[in-house]
Amino acid sequence: MADGSVSGASRRQFIQMTAASGGLMLGFSLAGKGEAASAATPINAYVSLGTDGLVTIVAKNPEIGQGIKTSLPMMIAEEIDVDWAKVRTHQADNNPTVYGRQFAGGSMATPMHWDQLRMVGATARALLIAAAAKAWGVSAADCSTTPGKVVHKASGRTATYASLAARAATLTPPEPKSIRLKDPKDYRIIGKPQVQVDAPALVTGKPLFGIDVQVPGMLYATFEKAPVFGAGVASADLSAAQAVKGVRKAFVVEGETNLSGLLPGVAVVADSWWQARKGREKLNIRWKAHQTASQSTAGFNAQAQALSTATPLRTERKDGDFASAIKGAARTVEAAYAYPFLAHAPLEPQNCTAHFSAGKLEIWAPTQNPEAGRQLVAKTLGLKPDDITIHMTRCGGGFGRRLANDYMVEAAWIAREAGAPVKLLWSREDDLRHDFYRPAGWHYLSGGVDATGQVVAWRDHFVTLTDGSGKPASSAGMSATEFPARFVPNYQYDLSLINSGIPTGPLRAPGSNALSFVIQSFIDELAHAAEADPLAFRLKLLGDQGKVGSTGQETYDAGRMRGVLKAVAETSGWGKTKLGPRQGMGVAFHFSHMGYFAEVVQVTVSPKGQVKVDKVWVAGDVGRQIVNPAGAINQVQGAVIDGISAALGQQITIEHGQAVQGNFHTYPLLRMASAPPVEVTWVMTDNLPTGLGEPALPPVLPALCNAIFAATGQRVRQLPIDLKAV
Amino acid sequence: MAFRLNVNGKVRQADVEPGTPLLWALRDSLGILGPKFGCGIAQCGACTVHIDGKPVRACVTPVDAVGTAKVVTIEGVGGSDLGARVQKAWQELDVAQCGYCQPGQIMSATALLTHTPKPTDADIDAAMNGNICRCATYTRIRAAIKLASGQKTEV
Repeated sequence: MADGSVSGASRRQFIQMTAASGGLMLGFSLAGKGEAASAATPINAYVSLGTDGLVTIVAKNPEIGQGIKTSLPMMIAEEIDVDWAKVRTHQADNNPTVYGRQFAGGSMATPMHWDQLRMVGATARALLIAAAAKAWGVSAADCSTTPGKVVHKASGRTATYASLAARAATLTPPEPKSIRLKDPKDYRIIGKPQVQVDAPALVTGKPLFGIDVQVPGMLYATFEKAPVFGAGVASADLSAAQAVKGVRKAFVVEGETNLSGLLPGVAVVADSWWQARKGREKLNIRWKAHQTASQSTAGFNAQAQALSTATPLRTERKDGDFASAIKGAARTVEAAYAYPFLAHAPLEPQNCTAHFSAGKLEIWAPTQNPEAGRQLVAKTLGLKPDDITIHMTRCGGGFGRRLANDYMVEAAWIAREAGAPVKLLWSREDDLRHDFYRPAGWHYLSGGVDATGQVVAWRDHFVTLTDGSGKPASSAGMSATEFPARFVPNYQYDLSLINSGIPTGPLRAPGSNALSFVIQSFIDELAHAAEADPLAFRLKLLGDQGKVGSTGQETYDAGRMRGVLKAVAETSGWGKTKLGPRQGMGVAFHFSHMGYFAEVVQVTVSPKGQVKVDKVWVAGDVGRQIVNPAGAINQVQGAVIDGISAALGQQITIEHGQAVQGNFHTYPLLRMASAPPVEVTWVMTDNLPTGLGEPALPPVLPALCNAIFAATGQRVRQLPIDLKAV
Repeated sequence: MAFRLNVNGKVRQADVEPGTPLLWALRDSLGILGPKFGCGIAQCGACTVHIDGKPVRACVTPVDAVGTAKVVTIEGVGGSDLGARVQKAWQELDVAQCGYCQPGQIMSATALLTHTPKPTDADIDAAMNGNICRCATYTRIRAAIKLASGQKTEV
């Protein structure tokens, strides 16, 4: 028997786990006010049935705006066969023993849970049928269900799930092999637009987010770290900070040198956050010298330029003979592409509430990756992971930023030091200047097409950042199977590295959010060199192949990509639309996170170089089923505008080892007046349903840049877009 | 120092220092958590509340400047028919992704509709441009404003 029960003043749920034959059974009752007050009977780890007919379904993963708190329970509810209106969802705590991996990343939740959670629901349904059959003395095979009820057709008997719950909970779950999942044509919940479960709370301002957590006796903290990443504290005027009204304590955190760990800084703990911030202003911190202070964006650019003509560090992939092929090509193009560091800038600044008491730590965190946070906190504070409980709050955006748990380990450390529950809250400046940035990168490309307009030679000398390990820094790499590898007979990918002390990490569609811009823009250059239509040129490049990729490589289904490309050609009126002066359309496609997306952007560029995106058309193939169409379209529209936002104005510049931009006036996010309409079309194919948080983003950047070229003849080879006036 | 604030129709006392932004008086002193902190410099609009019906960024409004004016937050905006209609439209179209900015968006939208019952796209652009949505739900924000104002809408 394992005991997963946790105590705590504000803990609303009581969890008890019992091992049962056939697998782990998790029982829980919801005792907090506003939640199911009637006795709820657990059927399995995810499902419990109330006597009031309500069904409570656990949402296992962090909700960051991707809609997972709704879509995963939809999978379960569909197979239990209940009315969605009767379903209540309940956010799980971090509990990988019961729920497996609980994270928001890589657009992985849909493909990972599609079979698993439908089975959870179907197993619960089978137990309810078995309970009814037993009570009626009939064969389970002769029973079926209508939403919320088991039915024995022959005798006309029915029983509500609620009335069967207690008996069902005592039965042994059937063998998975005996479970039959619903035929998709019978779906009542999946595939129908469902308003997200938190919508009523969101529109009325209910406290849902990490920043809204309140714990009795809670204090508020700020934490100032060195502007130069990882620099230590030389001195700080702690007494001046402590003299500020409301400040309880100010102290130095020695921290570590590892950029992913607890960094050095100075904490100020006060009765309110504004007081903590006022105290922070008095700290007058002096920072120790640090080697990263010599690094800058200008310096990285210069190093990349120098490396571009030098012998590469190594060759990552070599197919055919690039050198000969480029000599024999009918037309050739050479171009240098570059993209900047980007911040994630989720609108809810990083925060975390922690309470250390009697050797145990309770944490409330907006995190995309709670278990990694628990391990980091355990290691840093010298605690056992079992002594740390993490409650997952709704996240005010994630975009990959909250895969790192730096703010969690800071809150934990500060709370232990303060001897009281503490809510740590970063300022926007803290957030933009202490991110794990989308890494900057540089690509030096040469390509050639033959007389028929086929790409015959492609070389990318990719210059990227490394933390000194000899490998690209986090999210700074490019796979050796990245398109157009395997589609160009003479293909070479060379790599060179620049040492960097700038923290980097995954940003929504990591890798792809930069690589698609480079690759699909350069394909456009080759298309124009070949005097070919950019869309037809791309279809030709994809060829007539099906799945491409041998064992151990990521498979690329060229057929699915042709499908979305043709679909977007249709919806956008490609080649048929009459365009005005300085107006143009651009196309691009990209495969990432198991999703195939092709997009067309139409722009109008003013003579001063101002870009107005008129409209975007998207065609996406994420398999045979869209789980929640309402959320799915929202994700795609958001991803597309997110990509445009990055392309049009965003960059983090490094000077003296520090991030220059600190708030939204220097790191602009796209606003209402600039948001184009985004028309989304699904191409349904008989493949595993996959995720939508990321794959719609990458192709919009090159489609936009290609549209600008079509409108103006100016080729964008560096982001953010900065056009010359004519 | 004690400030008496009229918030959502009730007079409440916030014990904060002069100069404290209204946002922090609401959040940390009064426990009114709907208005959100996003930037602290009136760039994102997540903290938008109404003061005597006008949309105001609470993060840069000193509590001393509020006086006896009526403060309405997302928690209270549903008290008016219009506010309730806007909230309903937001829910019906499921505007939110992460939802963090939406209290501010709803406050700005309600203020717009108060004086412009049938806003054009240009009216919406002008009134909503101070509210950032990092998830970029602008398409649905626009549609929800139109829905709440009884105009034809497309998502």
